[in-house]
Amino acid sequence: MTEYILILVSTILVNNFVLTKFLGLCPFMGVSRKLETATGMALATTFVLTMSSICSYLANTYLLAPLGLEYLRTITFILVIAFVVQFTEMVIHKTSPLLYKVLGIFLPLITTNCAVLGVALLNVQQEFNFLQSAVYGFGAAVGFSMVLILFAAMRERIAAADVPIAFRGPAIALVTAGLMSLAFMGFSGLVRG
Amino acid sequence: MITAVLALSILGIVFGLLLGFAAIRFKVEGNPLVDQIDSLLPQTQCGQCTYPGCRPYAQAIANGDADINQCPPGGEATIQALADLLDRDPKPLNPENGIIKPKTLAVIDEPTCIGCTLCIQACPVDAILGAAKQMHTVIAEECTGCELCVAPCPVDCIKMVPVEQDLSTWTWPYPVYELTEKPA
Repeated sequence: MTEYILILVSTILVNNFVLTKFLGLCPFMGVSRKLETATGMALATTFVLTMSSICSYLANTYLLAPLGLEYLRTITFILVIAFVVQFTEMVIHKTSPLLYKVLGIFLPLITTNCAVLGVALLNVQQEFNFLQSAVYGFGAAVGFSMVLILFAAMRERIAAADVPIAFRGPAIALVTAGLMSLAFMGFSGLVRG
Repeated sequence: MITAVLALSILGIVFGLLLGFAAIRFKVEGNPLVDQIDSLLPQTQCGQCTYPGCRPYAQAIANGDADINQCPPGGEATIQALADLLDRDPKPLNPENGIIKPKTLAVIDEPTCIGCTLCIQACPVDAILGAAKQMHTVIAEECTGCELCVAPCPVDCIKMVPVEQDLSTWTWPYPVYELTEKPA
């Protein structure tokens, strides 16, 4: 049990995907202008990341490893992720129109979120088992969501601030992201080993 | 090599089949009534019904937000058809939305046109051809006679010309009969 909690804490805080691994930066910068859209994106990513982490683990263990095709990992995982995203979109569209309205346009965007592929590949690299993969994917997603929502809230305030002209727009956003990343470095001593 | 190709192909085919199945299984049907109402409207996209186009008006009728007598270009034939479809009592056209006029066609007086493109932006059906500082002209087959291009023209060079009936444009008229408000 402690092992799973360790994985969770480590992915959410210590090895946060956005701020320490620098994965998934495109949605981090792209959809963080408004808190509402950021929340929608965060929810959609959480769902897809967990699902695709599990599915790519299954594909790797039961298809690639027995056939000795580990070198096809990247392309297979991309296939799996694209499938999971499409399938999720269809199911949500049918079962929950309200949720589809919130997540709608963000779902297809997740296919190109490198954090999703990153989690799948890191699962294999760290030789996680099924449950560990699921927890790792979920933790990564929660970490991503938290940072994205925090960042969006900050950007909404910065939009109202009196920023020097040369720093307005993406410049101040990148500075903010850098400072956030520095702050998250402070967690690095939290979990040993 | 062969196993790699096979494995990936099979994976792709399985995913494709699953997605195809899901597309049918989780198909989302729109409101079929909106399509039926929309097909009865004249598709002039003129906005006289106070909605931005024919489909939004159809949506509003289906939701019960709009009455069926708000479409001047369609005239009484459209009101009658809508009343039949929705099983409501037909009523005369709401004068607030406009009056019934014979079908007209926008014609640009080409020597006067200064090529400002304002009418192009106003046209809901892209029936006006032209470019900035070039003479514009109306594609007669595309024009719905909605008159939206008349107001924006700064030199008043667009005229609405009634469509004359000749052998190529004549069709059997819709069976129109006079509608009166039902006594309450």
